[in-house]
Amino acid sequence: MARIELKDVTYRYPYTKSPALKHITYTFEPGKFYGIIGENGGGKTTLCNLLRGLIPHFYQGSLKGDVIIDGTDVRKWDTDELSAQIGYVFQNPFTQISGIKETVFEEVGMGLENLGYSEEEVIKRVCDVCELLKITDLVEKDPNALSGGQKQRVAFASIISMDTEMLVIDEPTSQLDPEGTEDVFQIIKTLKEEHKTIVLVEHKIDLIAEFCDEIIVLKDGEIVFSGPTHEILSNRALLEANATIPQAAIFGHAMADAGKPLADIPITIEEAERLVRERKG
Amino acid sequence: MAIELKKVSFSYPNGFEAVHEVDLRIEEGEKVAIVGQNGAGKTTTVKLMNGLNLPSSGDVLVDGINTKDKTCAFMSKYVGYVFQNPDDQIFNSSVRKELEYMPKYTKMDTKEMNRRVERAVELTGIQKYIDSNPFDIPYPIRKFVTIASIIVSDPKYFIFDEPTAGQDLHGMKQLGYLIDELQKEGKAIITITHDMEFAVNNFTRVVAMAHKQVIKDGTREDTFWDLDVIRESRIKQPVIAELAHDLGVDGNVLFCDELVAKL
Repeated sequence: MARIELKDVTYRYPYTKSPALKHITYTFEPGKFYGIIGENGGGKTTLCNLLRGLIPHFYQGSLKGDVIIDGTDVRKWDTDELSAQIGYVFQNPFTQISGIKETVFEEVGMGLENLGYSEEEVIKRVCDVCELLKITDLVEKDPNALSGGQKQRVAFASIISMDTEMLVIDEPTSQLDPEGTEDVFQIIKTLKEEHKTIVLVEHKIDLIAEFCDEIIVLKDGEIVFSGPTHEILSNRALLEANATIPQAAIFGHAMADAGKPLADIPITIEEAERLVRERKG
Repeated sequence: MAIELKKVSFSYPNGFEAVHEVDLRIEEGEKVAIVGQNGAGKTTTVKLMNGLNLPSSGDVLVDGINTKDKTCAFMSKYVGYVFQNPDDQIFNSSVRKELEYMPKYTKMDTKEMNRRVERAVELTGIQKYIDSNPFDIPYPIRKFVTIASIIVSDPKYFIFDEPTAGQDLHGMKQLGYLIDELQKEGKAIITITHDMEFAVNNFTRVVAMAHKQVIKDGTREDTFWDLDVIRESRIKQPVIAELAHDLGVDGNVLFCDELVAKL
C-alpha cells in the first residue's frame, strides 16, 4: 500500500487569493527517498505541511481533492497519532525549538515524553540521537542560546528521536557548513537504509543528486517535473523552471556542446569521472 | 583606504576566545569571500570590522580610524553589516518603513532618501514586497530586505553574513548581480559563505578560516587548490575542481569551460 496518495489536490491558505498548490496528483511509496526542489514560493513547504497533515489540521483554508495517508483520509486521522507516524523537521530551526525547555537534553526528549515513553527509554534514545547528531557537548545548554547551525542540529535530533516510519524534512542544512551538511545527509542515508520513507526539501542539488530516489519539481504550486532522480536532474529544461541542476550535469551538457559528448549526462562527480574515463578509453 | 585587522584577538565576556591573532587587510572596492566551518571565527571576525565586537588585543583600523576610539553607530557609516539571521535586524512593520528608518532618523533629505530606497529595492529585487510586513514574507526574501536597508545607509564596506542560506537559483543570481553592481560603485564586499559554488563564481579572493585564525588568504585558484587548507578548514572544493582533481587534470581548474577545454 502507498504511504501517501495525493489525488488532484488543490489548497489555498486562509485570506489568500491564489492556491499554494494546484492539482497535485502523486503517490509516495514506502521506503523511498523523495527530493522536492524548485524555486522559492513554488509550494515546497506547503507540500510538506500537507504530507504531515498540518494541512488541514493546523492550517485552515480550502483543501480540495484527496490526501490518503496509509489508506485513511487525512481528515479522519487523529493528529497525535499522525505525529507518531510522520516526523517533520521545520525549515526554520528558530521556529521549531520549543522555547519552553531549559536544556538541549529536555528539548530533544520532549516529543518522546509527550508520547508517554518511560524515563529510561527517553534517556537512552536522547543520548543515542545526540551522539548521532554530534551534539552531546550541547546537552546541558539552553536551546535558545545556540548558533543557527547548532539549533538546526537540535531541531533535527528532536525529530529523529521519535523514530517515525516517515520523515518530512524541510531544508535541514540551510544554516550548516559543508561538513555539517554532509553529516545530515549521512544520517538521512542511514534512515533510508532502515527503509523509512523520506521526503526532503533541499536547494543543495549536488547532494540531492547523490542520495534521492525520485525528484519532484514544483513551480507556481504545480508539479512541473517528476520521476527517477537521474532522468529529472540530467534534463536541462529544469533551468527554465528556475530549478538548479547539478554541476556534474552542467559539465555533461557542456561536453556535448563542445562536440565531446559523454555516453550519458552525469549527475554526480563519481558518474562524471567514470564517463570521462570511459570516453578516453 | 582599507579595513585592517592587526594581530586581532577577541574573547567573549565568558572568557571564550573566538578569534586569535588575525591579520587581514581588505582594500576599498575589493570583493572577498570568507569560508570555513561553523565555529571557525568568521562571524566574530567580521563583527570586529564595524565595532560590533571590539578587539581584546590588537587593532582594527577602518580607513585609518581605530574602532576602539569610536562607537559602533559611528563605524556603521563606513562598514555595513547584514546579520546572519534577518530577524535579528528587522523591526519595522513594513518593508518601506524598514528601509526608510535610518534616513528618517538622520533627517536625510527626502529626495535623497527616495533615490537610495529606489536603488536598494532595484538591486535586491524586492519591489513586489515593498508594502508587506517583513515578517509575512519568506525567509530568503527577508534576507534581501536586510541587505536593502544596509544599501540605503550607503557604507563604503559591506559585510554579508551567509546571504546564500535558503536561496534558490533566482536568489543566487540576484545576490551575484547586486554584489557586482555595488562593486562598480566602488564598494567593498566581504561575504561569509558555506556555498563554495557561490564563492568561486562571485569572488576572486577567498580567505579560509579555521580554529580562530586565517589559514589561507589568496586567489580562488590558490585557496581552492590548496588541499591541506581544504582539509584543515573542513570546506570542500567546488564541484568542478573536485572533478578535475579526481581526473588528475592539472592547472588548478575551477570552471566548467576550462575543464571541458582540457579534456
